[in-house]
Amino acid sequence: METVKKIVAKYGLPRVIITLFLFALFVAAPFVGVRVDESITNTLNRFGMNCVMVLAMVPMIHSGCGLNFGLPLGIISGLLGATLAIQFEFHGLVCFLMAIVLSTPFAVVLGYGYGKLLNKVKGGEMMIATYVGFSSVSFMCIMWLLLPYTNASMVWGYAGRGLRTTISTEGYFLHALNDLFAISIGKLVIPTGMILFFAILAFAMWAFLHTKTGTAMTAVGSNPTFARACGIDVDRIRVLSVIMSTWLGAVGILVYEQSFGFIQLYMAPFYMALPAVSAILIGGASVNKASIANVIIGTLLFQGILTMTPSVMNSAIHTDMSEVIRIIVSNGMILYALTRKMEVAR
Amino acid sequence: MEAQEVPLLEMRHISKSFFGNQVLGDVSFTLGKGEILGLVGENGAGKSTLMKILFGMNEISETGGYGGEVLIDGTVVHFTSSLDALDAGIGMVHQEFSLLPDFTAAENILLNREPVKNHWAANLFGERMNIIDRAKLEASAKKAIDRLGVKLDADMVVGQMPVGHKQFTEIARELSKEDSDTAGKIRLLVLDEPTAVLSEQEAQSLLKAMKNLAAQNIAIIFISHRLQEIIDVCDQIMVMRDGRIIKQVVNDKNVNVHDIAQWMVGREISLDKQENRHFDYASHPVDMEIRNLWVNMTGEVVRDVNLDIHRGEILGIGGLAGQGKLGIPNGVMGLFPAGGKVSFEGKEVALNDPKACLDAGLAFVSEDRRGVGLLLDESLEWNISFEAMQVQGKYLLKKGPITWRDVNAIGEVTRTYIDMLEIKCTSSKQHARELSGGNQQKVCLAKAFAMQPKLLFVSEPTRGIDIGAKQLVLRVLKEYNQKYGTTIVMISSELEELRSICDRIAIITDGKVGGILPASNPSSDFGLLMVGQAVKGGN
Repeated sequence: METVKKIVAKYGLPRVIITLFLFALFVAAPFVGVRVDESITNTLNRFGMNCVMVLAMVPMIHSGCGLNFGLPLGIISGLLGATLAIQFEFHGLVCFLMAIVLSTPFAVVLGYGYGKLLNKVKGGEMMIATYVGFSSVSFMCIMWLLLPYTNASMVWGYAGRGLRTTISTEGYFLHALNDLFAISIGKLVIPTGMILFFAILAFAMWAFLHTKTGTAMTAVGSNPTFARACGIDVDRIRVLSVIMSTWLGAVGILVYEQSFGFIQLYMAPFYMALPAVSAILIGGASVNKASIANVIIGTLLFQGILTMTPSVMNSAIHTDMSEVIRIIVSNGMILYALTRKMEVAR
Repeated sequence: MEAQEVPLLEMRHISKSFFGNQVLGDVSFTLGKGEILGLVGENGAGKSTLMKILFGMNEISETGGYGGEVLIDGTVVHFTSSLDALDAGIGMVHQEFSLLPDFTAAENILLNREPVKNHWAANLFGERMNIIDRAKLEASAKKAIDRLGVKLDADMVVGQMPVGHKQFTEIARELSKEDSDTAGKIRLLVLDEPTAVLSEQEAQSLLKAMKNLAAQNIAIIFISHRLQEIIDVCDQIMVMRDGRIIKQVVNDKNVNVHDIAQWMVGREISLDKQENRHFDYASHPVDMEIRNLWVNMTGEVVRDVNLDIHRGEILGIGGLAGQGKLGIPNGVMGLFPAGGKVSFEGKEVALNDPKACLDAGLAFVSEDRRGVGLLLDESLEWNISFEAMQVQGKYLLKKGPITWRDVNAIGEVTRTYIDMLEIKCTSSKQHARELSGGNQQKVCLAKAFAMQPKLLFVSEPTRGIDIGAKQLVLRVLKEYNQKYGTTIVMISSELEELRSICDRIAIITDGKVGGILPASNPSSDFGLLMVGQAVKGGN
């Protein structure tokens, strides 16, 4: 009993409840006619699609910049990379890798400016970050129309210029990672390439946090005054963390798109930050503490619930309510995660 | 005869501890009507805690209440909030002003107790719609000012007043409360260092005002570091040290500043005091020169400090709170904006740049343990190794292309210091937040020792820690100095501790070096330096 209590305390009661709920959904699935193997495939897929963006939260949490509500900025860098890679007619895995390469300079420059801005508003980072996200999305709404893209698969058909709201990645980098080393057992498909890609990034992040600079980053988040007294350039470390976070956001959206099949422009980046923020909070991170385990657990739980609830509920009550339920569940989870944030706030 | 007269205020066997740290023990005194009681003592002697108990401040009840009894007019009272104290006729004027700068004196005096004229709208919307009766307002403000017996323009905007007048406004506000129905008639006034910010002349008129009030049967408790004022104005003098009343005397003409200073700092403390070693200054060169140092640290402003620190000595820096002693290490180490010239081993050290100081071989144990000194939510290993790792590249391990933290080396060095400093913890992985104050202080020291500095600033190393930890910290500092020849500059409010381990002690007053004396000088000399009086033989 004692050991059970200890495990529960370490894992966190909310996570125990969510895990049990998710487990219950999997158990209930066959009884309402939902195939478990398909459900697992879906859950793994969604996990792989989202986890890099959740990983993007880690560096800024470590450096004390709080949760990266400005993730849309990174996503925009990723979208620029993706559209440029398509414009230059790269295909397959090369297209995906070129998209990362092309988005990197944007992520670094935008992240640098964003980091400088956050250094000027210490204490109010998350509020400012939210508005950085908002305004960058709006600015790009104009730019998507004005930028001189010419690839016929991306521009509006009637005018011949300006990018469409949704662009298919088919023929370019659709499933570039998903199909890499994919293992299928009956209807169960494990997107090995995508999960491996995340594993590499997660390991790199873990390794970084164990170096001298990574240690300094954690200390800056834990107590900036302490770090300054130890001779650390706090502002520089914070900018570095923001650049890392922005770049991971860019890579994250590319992973998402190659699996999802579409590049969504205009207002789409707007809605990407909150699920990522919620996932890491549900995973047990706080405003200034986060680990790779938080990322993995949080994404699995958040995306698992998001996948399972609509399908199981739908089949149970025999009406097509999936979209409604999905919205209720996802926003409910976000609401829960954000109230949880208050408990652990400094 | 006098024994039968019931005193206005009596405090019996008052004791109070904060988190197991006793700050007041068995304090008893009485105060009659119209008497002025002078309360003196070093910072942390327990004066303000005593006044907080009297005033029923929340932080007392929140931290477990107090022991003993407070009697007013012979009956036991137990204030649960400062409003109760107001009702009983106790007023308090704090060190910091709480005035609205854009309001006039009269408006400030009667703030939230303004006399009002009825307005028709008040019948509809409640009394908040009433209009302030200006004439009455000014009349009652004037009445309070007159009682104080000072010249104060009731119409003047507070923001434009000299500080002395602000102080009078504060006192007048306490006095005016007798006209309102929300508080009782003022009978006891506590003045917490009212003269600290005043010029000589302003202080004189304040003292006169106090005598005026005393003549009107208002008792006053007067807290001040200016001993001459205490002697000039008080009927009784009470000296506190370490939470106890050391001396309580009737102020006849036999008491002098020298005696009070001596009582205040005490002669001996229970620390195992050894003979002061003889430090040969001639054979030890000056390592650090501080010239015209100014530091902008809130509450501890340094104005113009010149100091020579010899290699291998233990220099003490003492002085009363707010005089600037804490600003010196914080300024030199680049934590607060500073100017002037600091050189170490002949090379100038850049100010406002912590990295430069650390690179030069300086280290600093901050007085703000929890704010600056520790990573509260990280393990002891991190706390102890972090600074040396970042500044000197210790405890790193190159494996392949990546340089990792050397977890083994970090664990080892942490355990070494846990043993050496007797840090009580469950393991080297325990979080710093979970340790007691004394053990946290030891962690801070370990962090600095891991740097193996050439010169170590230690600021208030014994503040808020128990006596056992105090002794260990002081012993370790002394041993470290002897073993490695590290120059140590220790800043402390506790004069006796400085005297027990230092070679020389500099006393800082008003942001400048008031004087430097060998630690073997009698403590009364330092007491006099603290209150701003020159001592013969000082340099």
